[in-house]
Amino acid sequence: MTPQELYDMLRRTQEPQGYFFNQDRAHVMELMEALLLNKERYGYMGCPCRLCCDDRERDADIICPCAYREADVAEYGSCYCNLYVSRQWNQGKIEHRYVPERRPADRAMF
Amino acid sequence: MTDQPVLLYALSTCSHCKNTKKLLDDLGIQYERVEVDLTEGDERQRLIEEVKRHNPHLSFPTLVIGQKVIVGFRENEIKETLGR
Repeated sequence: MTPQELYDMLRRTQEPQGYFFNQDRAHVMELMEALLLNKERYGYMGCPCRLCCDDRERDADIICPCAYREADVAEYGSCYCNLYVSRQWNQGKIEHRYVPERRPADRAMF
Repeated sequence: MTDQPVLLYALSTCSHCKNTKKLLDDLGIQYERVEVDLTEGDERQRLIEEVKRHNPHLSFPTLVIGQKVIVGFRENEIKETLGR
């Protein structure tokens, strides 16, 4: 799968749920490439902005879209990676703040 | 200006890490960088423990400037700490 194919596929499934890609296309395509790389490395599309542990069960909460996306987009208008955002975030109606890590420290078990 | 050692713990896939690298490069800062996801085995485990000592969340980028630890791409805080 190419980054563009992944982009098209995810866009079709995620936008109807209210999750839009960041309109910074270069940023999004870099993350599409990173997701495909993680799929190749680990066998699942772990979050590119987090360290995966190569165990699907333990990383279940950070397989993209991660378990924290809903709360992050609700609070900040963007997921942790600035990949999925709300319409308002893309329109600049929400301040683009740094999204802090919501994953509990004890979930990052190594 | 800072004469303190600057160490960046990053992931090769992480966009916030890339932004941090770019900022440090643009500012002409000399720094050591390690991309933890590209390491394996004992080295990876050692680095993970190192990052956790600075940042228990084990999140990236973790930037260590002297005694100060900055987690995430926080441009203003990074510049301020570096005196830029």
